[in-house]
Amino acid sequence: MTAATISGPKDFLSEVMAATPGDNRLNHCIQCGSCGGSCPSGAEMEHTPRRLFALIRAGERKTVLMSNAPWYCVSCYYCTVRCPQNIHITDVMYTLKAMAIQAGLYHDTSLPDFSETFVDYVEKYGRSFELGLATRFNLRHHPLSLAGMAPLGLNMLKRGRIDLTPHRIEGMAQLSAILERAKSLEGVLA
Amino acid sequence: MKALFYPGCSMQRNARPYLDSLLAIRADIGLELQEIDDWNCCGATEYMSVHRVAAHSLIGRNLALAQAQAVDTDVLTAGCSACFLNLSKTDTQMREDAKLNGTVNEALAAGGLHYDAGSLKVRHLLDLVCHDIGYDAVKARVVKPLYGLKVAAYYGCQVVRPDYDGRWDSHEHPTAMDTLLRALGAEVVDWSLKTQCCGGHMSVIGPEVAFGLIRRLIHGAAEAGADMVVTLCPMCQLNLDAYQVEMNKHFHTDYRVPVLYFTQLMGLAFGKSAKELGIGKEFVDATPALAKIQAEAPKVAEAKRRRRPKPGDGLPMPRME
Repeated sequence: MTAATISGPKDFLSEVMAATPGDNRLNHCIQCGSCGGSCPSGAEMEHTPRRLFALIRAGERKTVLMSNAPWYCVSCYYCTVRCPQNIHITDVMYTLKAMAIQAGLYHDTSLPDFSETFVDYVEKYGRSFELGLATRFNLRHHPLSLAGMAPLGLNMLKRGRIDLTPHRIEGMAQLSAILERAKSLEGVLA
Repeated sequence: MKALFYPGCSMQRNARPYLDSLLAIRADIGLELQEIDDWNCCGATEYMSVHRVAAHSLIGRNLALAQAQAVDTDVLTAGCSACFLNLSKTDTQMREDAKLNGTVNEALAAGGLHYDAGSLKVRHLLDLVCHDIGYDAVKARVVKPLYGLKVAAYYGCQVVRPDYDGRWDSHEHPTAMDTLLRALGAEVVDWSLKTQCCGGHMSVIGPEVAFGLIRRLIHGAAEAGADMVVTLCPMCQLNLDAYQVEMNKHFHTDYRVPVLYFTQLMGLAFGKSAKELGIGKEFVDATPALAKIQAEAPKVAEAKRRRRPKPGDGLPMPRME
């Protein structure tokens, strides 16, 4: 085995670590599986976090970024507080999602699309807009379930729990300038 | 006490009862709130999945505005778990990661803003009520104790985990809200699911996963004999309340466990009207459960006799004779 093939896999691990803020300790994984065992959606994941981290080490970039696992992460942080090596697992999942979007790698477009639709509304108005998000997302990905979801929407309206129009913040120009500059710096962490 | 206040998008509409009940009780507990002027969305769990630096900058704008607008306080509070955690996460990671700190401040500079990481204390509302205002101050305002009401205290995930500032007694079995609800006169049931996930965004992107998690929680609360679940987060309330109806359809079940905010129960115990506290906007009707609140204290059950240890019970221990 040449040095090049050994350094190949290492690169993906370093890339993920560099893109995750703080002392994330991903290289300290001992493959104990506490993460997957603690995960509320672990059973539905194509790879548990433990397997995902082994794949990262093995440099299996495509398999890792194609996995539904990061998208099924509900950010409950059970794995993070239970990890005996104090790896910032939930934060690593965020990194993998952002990398998958950047690389355009996923089987199920609905997973990143929910996040991206949410982001679109925030970037347009400075606030989230639930009605728009739910309608746009479901129209695109689950049009048949819309009829089934209608009573939920109507009941939200009846209880005054959903806005019909979005709220725009006053400092929208300021926020846009900040986000634009931030995106131009996005590669800096990695 | 005084605190800067970040309401967050949910509290404006979907969780309006949470905001209304907080505003109704704040004077009773001596809490003065200064809302951050022109705050923006925290990005929930979604923005960070798309753009990392931009997500921290989005949150950074709120922190910078809060720092600049603060009058006589350095405490920043939020009632929503996700809002609280995002504010706390960006503050913590900017403090710990010099590179991130520099990058976020460079982005903020494009909007003429700056945030000094660590200059604000980010606290969840429950934390302020339990640890700063304190149980005694709450108890002193109770005029209509919630005797006879059995509640399951539900903390969800993001307030007690990862708990960057070490504010809670446990990440998995915290007790602060239990103690608070007991101070209001309610009976707090014992259950093991108090920090299990409500499903988060899975109720939209993978409803079947969420339904499973919601059923587990609602079934657990019902089995423990709770009349209602008490929560501290708009997302948890929405999933357990509105999606409880959908979950029932999915599993052909008929659970009816109402889900209220801890601020609503505080309001009831302080003698406020249900209407003022936004009670009635929940999907699962809380009226039958609230009918149980008795005017009189329930009789204290006789102290249970201590079980005498059987010989050979547990590990052999040395004895002093």
